[in-house]
Amino acid sequence: MRRLLFLIRKEIQELRRNPRMFPVLFIAPVIQLGILGYAATTDVRNVPVVVADGDRSPASRELVGRFEASRYFSVIDVVSTTSGVDQDLMRGRAWLVLAIPPGYGRMTEAGTPVGLQVLADGSDSNSTTVALAYASTLIAEKAAELAVARSPARIAPIGSIEARIRVWFNPELSSRHFMVPGVLALLLMVITTVLGAMAIVREKELGTLEQLNVTPLRRWELTVGKLLPFGIIGMIDVLLVVAVAALWFEIPLRGSLPLLLGLSMIYLVCTLSLGLFVSTVSQTQQQAMMTAVFFFMMPMLYLSGFIFPIENMPAVIQPFTYLIPLRYYLVIVRGIFLKGVGLEAFWKDALMMTACGVAVLSLATMRSRKTLR
Amino acid sequence: MRKALAVGLKEFRQIARDTRTLLILLFVPAFFLLLYGYALNWDIRHVRLAVLDRDHSTDSRQLISAFVNSTFFDRVADVSSMADVESLMDRDRIRAALVIPENMSRDVRSGRQAAVQIILSGDNANTATAVFGYAQAIVRGVSAALQIEMASGRLAPPPLSADARIWFNPELKSTLFLVPGLIGFIVMISCVVSTSLSIVREKERGTWEQVRMAPINTVSYVVGKTIPYFVVSYASALFIIFAAMFLFGMPMRGSWSALLAALSLYVVGALGTGLLVSTLVDSQALAFLVSLLVSLLPTMILSGFVFPISSMPVPIQMISLIVPARYFLVVLRGIVLKGADAAMYVQQFGALALYAATVLGLASLRLARERG
Repeated sequence: MRRLLFLIRKEIQELRRNPRMFPVLFIAPVIQLGILGYAATTDVRNVPVVVADGDRSPASRELVGRFEASRYFSVIDVVSTTSGVDQDLMRGRAWLVLAIPPGYGRMTEAGTPVGLQVLADGSDSNSTTVALAYASTLIAEKAAELAVARSPARIAPIGSIEARIRVWFNPELSSRHFMVPGVLALLLMVITTVLGAMAIVREKELGTLEQLNVTPLRRWELTVGKLLPFGIIGMIDVLLVVAVAALWFEIPLRGSLPLLLGLSMIYLVCTLSLGLFVSTVSQTQQQAMMTAVFFFMMPMLYLSGFIFPIENMPAVIQPFTYLIPLRYYLVIVRGIFLKGVGLEAFWKDALMMTACGVAVLSLATMRSRKTLR
Repeated sequence: MRKALAVGLKEFRQIARDTRTLLILLFVPAFFLLLYGYALNWDIRHVRLAVLDRDHSTDSRQLISAFVNSTFFDRVADVSSMADVESLMDRDRIRAALVIPENMSRDVRSGRQAAVQIILSGDNANTATAVFGYAQAIVRGVSAALQIEMASGRLAPPPLSADARIWFNPELKSTLFLVPGLIGFIVMISCVVSTSLSIVREKERGTWEQVRMAPINTVSYVVGKTIPYFVVSYASALFIIFAAMFLFGMPMRGSWSALLAALSLYVVGALGTGLLVSTLVDSQALAFLVSLLVSLLPTMILSGFVFPISSMPVPIQMISLIVPARYFLVVLRGIVLKGADAAMYVQQFGALALYAATVLGLASLRLARERG
């Protein structure tokens, strides 16, 4: 136990000798979450539209005004002909082009059917699908108004159908509420995996591992001694980013904070030990970095369900996602934050994450024995 | 120049000696493009829908078929009570339900307002927000069509109609959107990873004193350090692009020369980012951390790779201006999907060049000061 304390003290001293590390460890995550939390949104709004208004009449301007007033579109330019609009779509300046034919005002006045044209840049397939649906709704509603106004019968009140949409499990349906906890989990993963990955390989590269080797330190003491200081740093980061999420983004923390902190600790054990494992299988810090980034962080980023739904993945890939601790942590963080549920709802995920942590930690400890010999 | 080459040669030998690193740099990016290109699917189509039709009228059937014909929804169940909806939703068999009340048709046709209920599973807000907007658009569209019919008769053509044409990706396949984004992401990360330790390593290992004393000017030293990584990263990036074309059917509608030029600027900028980090810090661990923080999540989230930049708040859009991937993705998607030529992307090329010049310039300045 005393040996362990000595090692921990040595590690802390080493950290303190590198004072530039602290701002990065504690300030960078806060700033990053502050920026990325706003950026990560799948809402479709302010889709840039160029209008080719061949009519330039009060009637056509009224139609353009409807697009401007909608929060889904922002009309960035009104031109007279469609001749230059393909350039706008190619450059990516506009995603949608609305072409109003000459004579639009006269024809709608006279009751002659008019065909508008909407051109869409299909490269962002999802946003385009939704934007097109909004555009055709705006146009259909204008058409209905025209029809009603011209109706010979002048039927007094005209009926309509309204959609009352209810979202279960996430009643406030906000992609920010959904994404901020995800970004939080990713930031923790990046920071702690890096710390773990540099732990042993650094001593190897600097040649001081031999010295540790001749001390009577046991394997598990080495692992614990290396990881504990990083674990403390990680927990401070957890507190910081949870505070940013709850106070700055005002994401309601509906569930229990102690439970969140406890499970975050287990998550950190997973990510730190993954890093440590990388450290034991690498000879240089460069190798450790490559291995950690390509084989651990990127799969966590893409296959955890952070952005890309796991259920959409091919059946061959899906089983592999069970190996990713971030997958479970995401369920837990979102569950505690958004749904206010406790262990009864995600005990399976908590259990799997704990199993992951234990497995990786033992693997890393076993590996470090080999490298020490 | 000869001195720069000498530094380059030394650096290249060092890379070649570490076979694992070299192999990872050359082939692993392409492997992961394959994996993620295959695994990731961003489609929000085929949302499983249950229908509870209490109206049983022509109008309710029209509404249902508007949902089904949108290809957004797959009608997987017809149920007769809300309890069924709940149990299907709980078991995740459906993700959406459309509930049409009794007398909807009669209400609408007698001039009243009818409300249909749509229930969505909010479990995955990424897709649920899109489904939300889309469902609303469908109902409003059907409502407008009914109004037109009531006002001017069943056979009259609508006074206004829109003909939509989708360019560049008419089938709206998400792969064609994601694969270029993945290319930009993977190239950025592998470049930053390869250079961010290169200078600080010399400091940490104590070979820095030799570099300081070496009779070589700083710019040649930086150029020499960059060249070998440029060769390796460029080869690996080309490899990724070929893989995307052969395996994911990524088209190539524009000019190769424009693509290669943009790729060079992007790779230099990305390598420069790593070098700059390497000159700013004093330990490899810190270099590792800082370089990932500036590249990994920003390139994924602020570049327009998955989240549309135009939907972000304006201050965040400003911040995204310093993310080089933002420009590279516009050029890459433009060239491969839209067949655009380089002249259309003067701004983006300019921004990429400016970024590369800035990071390399800052790295040289910083090194010059350290060498005294």
